Amino acid sequence: MDADDEDFLETGGLKMTWPGESLTSAQAYMRGHGTYVDNEEVIASVSGLVERVNKLITVRAVRTRYNPEVGDLVVGRITEVQPRRWKVDGNSRQDAVLMLSSVNLPGGVQRRKLESDELQMRTFFEEGDLLVAEVQAFFGDGTMSLHTRSLSYGKLRNGQLVTVPPILIRRLKSHFITLPCGVDLILGLNGYIWVSKHVKDSEREGEDGFDAEAVYSNKNDEIDDSTRMAISRVTNLINVLAAHYIPLTDTVLLDAYEWSLEQEGDVKDLLQEDAGDALVATILAKG
Amino acid sequence: MSSRIEILNDGGYRSDGRRQYELRTLTIDLSPQGSGADGSASLTHGLTQVSVCVFGPREAKMRSQTFHDRANVNIEVSIAAFSASERRRRGKGDKRILELSHTLKSTFEPVIQTSLYPRSQIDIYIQVLQQDGGLLQACINATTLALANAGIPLYDFVCAVTGGVHSTSLLLDLTLLEENDLPNVTVAVMPRSGKVTLVNMETRLHVDRFEEIFRLAGEAGKVIHGEMKKAVRDRTEQLVGAMQSIGRPLAGADAVDNEY
Repeated sequence: MDADDEDFLETGGLKMTWPGESLTSAQAYMRGHGTYVDNEEVIASVSGLVERVNKLITVRAVRTRYNPEVGDLVVGRITEVQPRRWKVDGNSRQDAVLMLSSVNLPGGVQRRKLESDELQMRTFFEEGDLLVAEVQAFFGDGTMSLHTRSLSYGKLRNGQLVTVPPILIRRLKSHFITLPCGVDLILGLNGYIWVSKHVKDSEREGEDGFDAEAVYSNKNDEIDDSTRMAISRVTNLINVLAAHYIPLTDTVLLDAYEWSLEQEGDVKDLLQEDAGDALVATILAKG
Repeated sequence: MSSRIEILNDGGYRSDGRRQYELRTLTIDLSPQGSGADGSASLTHGLTQVSVCVFGPREAKMRSQTFHDRANVNIEVSIAAFSASERRRRGKGDKRILELSHTLKSTFEPVIQTSLYPRSQIDIYIQVLQQDGGLLQACINATTLALANAGIPLYDFVCAVTGGVHSTSLLLDLTLLEENDLPNVTVAVMPRSGKVTLVNMETRLHVDRFEEIFRLAGEAGKVIHGEMKKAVRDRTEQLVGAMQSIGRPLAGADAVDNEY
């Protein structure tokens, strides 16, 4: 332990670390996530950035699975239908649970769940269906429990899923983004991003007119060619940005989309290495 | 001398031109390999080449294999048919491969902080692309790097080196040719504590020589650790640099929010 290390803890500068690296003495500091104590020393167990809050030392891993927090918006995929619950893959260390009691069912928001609902759970969500939900609570073993009790949550249609490292999705004011090109984005905090055709606000069902047919429908709407192109363009842009480890926010995505419209060539050309480098250079110049 | 090729010539050079204690070139690539893995690494020790993908911690595929208090570590090794000089297919049930993956599993289970992920599973897939001696050491080093790259909490790096004895002189990082002719031992160390997590010996070795080679391999493990640490640091710096370049910085972000 040299003077530089102690310095950083006082000033709060950036410090990177990796497994097995000694951070500080355990007598003066407390160990947090990503660290362990051995021989009166706090030692990092993951590679990433060291953070200090008062006397608590944590290491935030630069690449890891999603660590859920209550209130987070996530996109997930149904993996299993079980009695009174669905299992959802949410890019976390375990599959999440969506209880039958935490979804909106047809016939009124405040309706009681009946036995007949249990028997027809597959008519709401089937294996492989994608959905957007909110983290509601945790079970004893750390499994997250989701809910879709809002009109903005529910089954996903008319689009495409992109996966990125979860650390690239920052907490934003809204994770529902509408790009001017007729594309809606849902940035799940678990690194799953849903890119879909824009739905006009007027076509969204109001609180009273909860339309189960539409919410749990498995059929895609008609999507015209230009919308399909726009969706693929946004998807490719996200993939390129994620490959360069650029954090995704609404402004970055807007800038990237505007830049890509000025470029010649096809949507697929965005995935070429030189196009990606040019895009990142432009984004960095603006940011 | 029955062997046609001299293991160590009078000038003190080995068959591939190295000195006794000289290690082969070590190259490490930590960039993602397009398989959607959480972490991956490919590593070469000279002509031995190994590529590792780590998935997880994730939901266990089979509920019978889960533990209520820790994660299950699952390691699968596959050796490419073209990896050795003679083409040979080894199936999944091959005894050599099963032994190798079992050795690796018992090496890494105490190093990974599995108790943080109850009921989960960590899958490690190892693909051997080229073999030129030191297969076990390459698998261990590559797996350590892939785990660190996947952000899975480790107590320390695990660094392995093979050592051999030629009459009374010690050699490090053996090639296939040397490995076939010499008594050899693979040692894996955790450099920070100096603990040894694995000693593997398939040949007979004189007991007087064992301690010497054991110490030497431990020292060599620390040299390898330096290289592995540098690769992980470069990768982390690259990713953090890219993330810091845009918008509000990552570190202390919450502290900034509190001011408003």
